Amino acid sequence: MNTKINLVAFYTILRKEILRVLRIWVQTIVPPAITMTLYFVIFGNLIGSRIGNMEGYTYMQFIAPGIIMMSVITNSYGNVVSSFFGAKYGGYLDEMLVAPVANATIILGHIAGGIIRGLLVGSMVTIIALSFTDLKLTYPLVTFSIVFLSSMVFALAGFINALFAKKFDDIAIIPTFIITPLTYLGGVFYSINLLPEFWQNISLFNPILYMVNAFRYGVLGSSDIDITYAYMVVGIFIIILFSISLLLLKKGTGIRE
Amino acid sequence: MKALSIKNLTKIYSNGFKALDGIDLTVNAGDFYSLLGPNGAGKTTAIAIVCSLVNKTMGNIRVFDHDIETRLEEAKMSIGMVPQEVNFNTFDTPINIVVNQAGYYGIERNIALKRAKEYLGELRLWEKRNDNARSLSGGMKRRLMIARALIHQPKLLILDEPTAGVDIEIRRSMWKFLRSINNNGTTIILTTHYLEEAESLCRNVAIIDDGKIIQDTSMNSLLRQLKQETFILSVENELTTKPKLGDFECNLLDSQNLEVIIDSNHGINELFELLNSQNIKINSMRNKSNRLEELFLKVVDNKKKHSH
Ligand SMILES: Nc1ncnc2c1ncn2[C@@H]1O[C@H](COP(=O)(O)OP(=O)(O)O)[C@@H](O)[C@H]1O
Ligand SMILES: [Mg+2]
Repeated sequence: MNTKINLVAFYTILRKEILRVLRIWVQTIVPPAITMTLYFVIFGNLIGSRIGNMEGYTYMQFIAPGIIMMSVITNSYGNVVSSFFGAKYGGYLDEMLVAPVANATIILGHIAGGIIRGLLVGSMVTIIALSFTDLKLTYPLVTFSIVFLSSMVFALAGFINALFAKKFDDIAIIPTFIITPLTYLGGVFYSINLLPEFWQNISLFNPILYMVNAFRYGVLGSSDIDITYAYMVVGIFIIILFSISLLLLKKGTGIRE
Repeated sequence: MKALSIKNLTKIYSNGFKALDGIDLTVNAGDFYSLLGPNGAGKTTAIAIVCSLVNKTMGNIRVFDHDIETRLEEAKMSIGMVPQEVNFNTFDTPINIVVNQAGYYGIERNIALKRAKEYLGELRLWEKRNDNARSLSGGMKRRLMIARALIHQPKLLILDEPTAGVDIEIRRSMWKFLRSINNNGTTIILTTHYLEEAESLCRNVAIIDDGKIIQDTSMNSLLRQLKQETFILSVENELTTKPKLGDFECNLLDSQNLEVIIDSNHGINELFELLNSQNIKINSMRNKSNRLEELFLKVVDNKKKHSH
């Protein structure tokens, strides 16, 4: 593998991805801002004021980290799946396939684009959250690292989904069947301590629970679970999903007959 | 030096269809080579395999002596490819399309911008560099794909039906451009189903049909063969030896059947005079079906279907 080729190629893909996010900002940045503002207004303000405190925080403060995390992962996922599927569908993925770009570089370039969109939207949702409530950054390193790694997990998931997708409808498979249910059950809106023991144990199989809790720990300083586990879960997912992506590209699944 | 060497290349698609059936091809460096065949013959499949866009089922491919199994990066660096169908992002601009392509070959942006100016200029697209690629005409889209294929200065340029559906004027100017880059040393392989295009541009030609190479020869010798017709004459008197028929090539199939090849320089009357003078009487005569001719009828037929 030629390092220089791959560095320039990585930069080229990343640059293209960032420009894409900015060019179609009405599709990439505005919708999550609106959705998340609605979450804050409805769950945080209207309903939250009747719920009272959760784990010692106002309900708004409690849900804010989860909502930020939710926006990060859905946007990292969404960016990679639509950009990569678009390239495949429009035929211009061939531009990369004929060139001497390593498969790992193709994956890294696209997921870096997804991470950047996730972080961009995440920052914006944080600013929106700050207009509703006070949030301090208790452990900045934990906050940033867990956001970065979680967005990498879902960017990779988006990449794999795009490889398997045959039509535009297929890019919603992972959000519909995995991301949405797991986020709602992942302790964004409640502490799992409220659940009966059986459901608490079931919840521990949900990777999003670890991400949300580690992020909440970074911001508020409290978590339902030990955050070491969060890093382990996220790390394992990254390794597995990256390896699967590499394997699929090498085989040509979904991109080469 | 061989620019491309293909050995026993076979492709069976996932639906079980055998698109290539053990083809062999050799293209020398500097050549202008054409892969000629009717629609569905397997041209695009063969090219797509060489360019890593389709997986081969079997066979061996070397590009400037780099095996695509073991030296894929070098092989890819040597090839520029212009596909049959438009495959750039039509929402992007010509300048971005070629500069990004350069990036995938490891060419830094500042160098790529200079080259983009050169190639887009040569292909008369510089004025359009910031337009939406969707708004380009068909001919401009083809030229944009040529500029994109040349941006890393490959030694081998492969074009898949570059002039299909392009009007005559643009076709001629594209031919001129291709000739000039071939004269500057770039090996060119193009696929086409226009015999005229191959005839006007190429020195060597392979003919592919139903996934098999049925001819691989120089353009001149192909044209000679195409201008010949083979007849089978059934003779009244039994012949024991092959008659001497001057310029006409002939073959005694059996004692009553004589095969004669007639080319466009000699009339059929000339043949009959020769036969008469040797007292050979002909009962009947029929045209021997010729594989190559049949193929060309198919090519022409396809071309008609295509243009309607
Ligand atoms: N993805 C595919 N799956 C199955 N068959 C295919 C596929 N692509 C092409 N073919 C078949 O393979 C044959 C050769 O196609 P192609 O290489 O495109 O021919 P050409 O470029 O000479 O017109 C055709 O019969 C075509 O229908
Ligand atoms: Mg074709």
